[in-house]
Amino acid sequence: MNIHSGASAEDIAAIKANYALNGEQRAIIDHVDRVAREILHPLQEKMDAEEWWPDDLFKKMGELGLLGITAPVELGGSGQDEFTQALVSGILSKWNPAVGLSHGAHDNLCLNNLLRNGSQDQINNYVPGLCNGTLVGALGLTEPGAGSDALGSMATTAVRDGDDYVLNGTKIYITNGPIADIVLVYAKTDKSKGAKGISAFIVETNTHGFKVAQKLDKMGFRGSPTGELVFEDCRVPASNMIGPENTGVSVVMSGLDLERAMVASMCVGMSERALELALEYSQLREQFGKPISKFQMMQSKLAEIYVDVESARAMSHRALAACVSLPKGMGGRGEIHKLTAAACHYAAEAFNRSVTAACHIHGGSGYMQDTEINRLFRANKLLEIGAGTSEVRKIIIAEELLRG
Amino acid sequence: MNTHLRNDAPNHFVTTDQQALADQAYRFFQSEFHHLNAEMDDTDELPASVFPKLGEMGYLGLNVSPEFGGAGLDFTSACVITEELSRASAAIGLSQVAHDNLCVNNIYRNANDELRRKYLPGLCAGKLIGALGLTEPGAGSDALGSMRTTARRDGDDYVLNGTKIYITNGPIADLVLVYAKTSPEKGAKGISAFIVEADTPGFKVAQKLNKMGFRGSPTGELVFDECRVPAKNMVGQPDTGVAVTMSGLDLERAIVCFNAMGIARRALEISIDYAKMRQQFRQPIASFQMVQSMLADMYTEIEVARTLSYRTAAMCEGLEEGAGGRGEIHKLTAAAIFKASAATSFVLDRAMQIHGGSGYMRDTEVNRLYRTGRVLEVGAGTQEVRKLIISGELLKN
Repeated sequence: MNIHSGASAEDIAAIKANYALNGEQRAIIDHVDRVAREILHPLQEKMDAEEWWPDDLFKKMGELGLLGITAPVELGGSGQDEFTQALVSGILSKWNPAVGLSHGAHDNLCLNNLLRNGSQDQINNYVPGLCNGTLVGALGLTEPGAGSDALGSMATTAVRDGDDYVLNGTKIYITNGPIADIVLVYAKTDKSKGAKGISAFIVETNTHGFKVAQKLDKMGFRGSPTGELVFEDCRVPASNMIGPENTGVSVVMSGLDLERAMVASMCVGMSERALELALEYSQLREQFGKPISKFQMMQSKLAEIYVDVESARAMSHRALAACVSLPKGMGGRGEIHKLTAAACHYAAEAFNRSVTAACHIHGGSGYMQDTEINRLFRANKLLEIGAGTSEVRKIIIAEELLRG
Repeated sequence: MNTHLRNDAPNHFVTTDQQALADQAYRFFQSEFHHLNAEMDDTDELPASVFPKLGEMGYLGLNVSPEFGGAGLDFTSACVITEELSRASAAIGLSQVAHDNLCVNNIYRNANDELRRKYLPGLCAGKLIGALGLTEPGAGSDALGSMRTTARRDGDDYVLNGTKIYITNGPIADLVLVYAKTSPEKGAKGISAFIVEADTPGFKVAQKLNKMGFRGSPTGELVFDECRVPAKNMVGQPDTGVAVTMSGLDLERAIVCFNAMGIARRALEISIDYAKMRQQFRQPIASFQMVQSMLADMYTEIEVARTLSYRTAAMCEGLEEGAGGRGEIHKLTAAAIFKASAATSFVLDRAMQIHGGSGYMRDTEVNRLYRTGRVLEVGAGTQEVRKLIISGELLKN
């Protein structure tokens, strides 16, 4: 008796393809890998030493085709899906974590959010500039008093006044804040409704009442400018609101799912680099008359890093594939919410383990600030904090598991 | 209350047909086998009805062509079934995989048509039970180098001498696929594989071993004392056993990931149930963040390990006979089983913690699972051997 119907050859090919890249993705990835290695990698040292962002870097990224990965070709983008965007993000982060971070904030948090949720006018107005790098984008959600409880504790308000909204409040830890031309800002339009009273706005940074209060001094990802933004009676045209009033929460939450999948991919890129550096160093460095890679205790660490990299990669691909097939406006709940939280949670902790082990393999030299492995080591902690702390990610997972 | 986490997690990586297969398999295994677990654990006996029932329902010979009585499934489908079977009964899952992957699939991939026609139909029907004999008292991690069992040519026969240990299904097997040295002077390159029928004179089950977990799946020590096996029972060519072993081991590692995943998923399910039901401080312990944190970490480890396992299974599809045992697939299968078994140990530890004092009692399901899962970090290559494989490939220039 045979009750089964197995997978056909076509099914198997399709499954295998899920783990591989298609020709177009492969071409993009090869290009990004080359330019990132040749152009972005050498910038690391000075960016880290001086918290320096090269003035022309966004324009240069625009010229190199690195911006607007998900934007339509007719608006100057590459017309790819978020899966490809995440792969790009991972490679940029691998060769220059600070550029990867700024790129992600611009291309995913700001630009892609605008594409998914903005009106056609808003898209036509801003996306071409964001794609060629003449405009730099940022996203403003976190506040001094609103971190893990970003929605509930949000204190920034937007009050309707004629054809405008008037914004008041402070946003903090905003990637690209100090250099942004436009910021996608969340503010409460109806305080009585709590999280259901939030709306999203596009704020041009030359608007009167917008101010970069300070540029912040980070431990890692140095060079990617992070700032505190202040809105003081900042008047924004109502036409710059994204989506209907008080629907910001769905914009945030579906955006956050994608962001987490994206962060997972950054972690994979950086872990991969940590493994490369550790492999290289362990074969070069000799002690007791032989390369330290000959010692089992080093081999054990290298193998564990590899397992973490490949586990995180497989999981991040799965989460991204799930995101890409998600209808617009969905997300922020259910399976995708749990899956992206888990992918991000795992990838960040795996990166922490990997880079700690890789730094350890580098011995005393890895403790020196100006080595690449040390930069990666310092970058690491952010990934367990930004885009939802590990604790928030676990709360999301537990809530979904315990539902029903 | 009975948590059955929907099996929708591997979407994008499993076809809808494979998903349907999993759902159907789980329902069947749960209703037929789950209730046997307590007694199997107590008695360490496998009910005689299990293998025939598996055969009758088409759950044996999963990757074997229907021409030989098999189900003709792809490798991932076999993995899916292994996972669901282990979720319902870990011990039956182990005996099934030793039979079906280690023995049957190995014969199917490497033996000539005559041997396949002779043995596979019985094995696929569950009328014959199979086992695989590799490990020896002195040959564990160094299974090939330290192997001492020999096979000496004598006329039309080979004469086997030696001892195999920790052999799953050994005490109940009708036939054992045995590795032995045909050219001891050639080291690992002098090994051959044989099919030995258990009623052959000189073959003996020296003892049935008393395990901590996976009880009900019989494990034994096998002794070959001037055991005379027809030369035509050799699988593959003389002295090519190493290729058979190593490519078989890659597939074994890939599929055993799913024994681990079935166990880990079951542990998470019963932990969720328990956390919702168990009240302390006048509320379910599931409402406490420290318990939620454990559940979230368990889910994350399981889904990450499952995803890597499915990816690895996909890469094993269509692996040529004799391929494997080196390169990318060797590294990936080692990584997947390393991750799956480490994740399972982690999950079982947290599951015990959530169950509190009750989980320490031997006759609870969580305790059975806890005692069972640990060996997955040892069997099919220890974690250390897996890391040696990975680092060996990484450092190869």
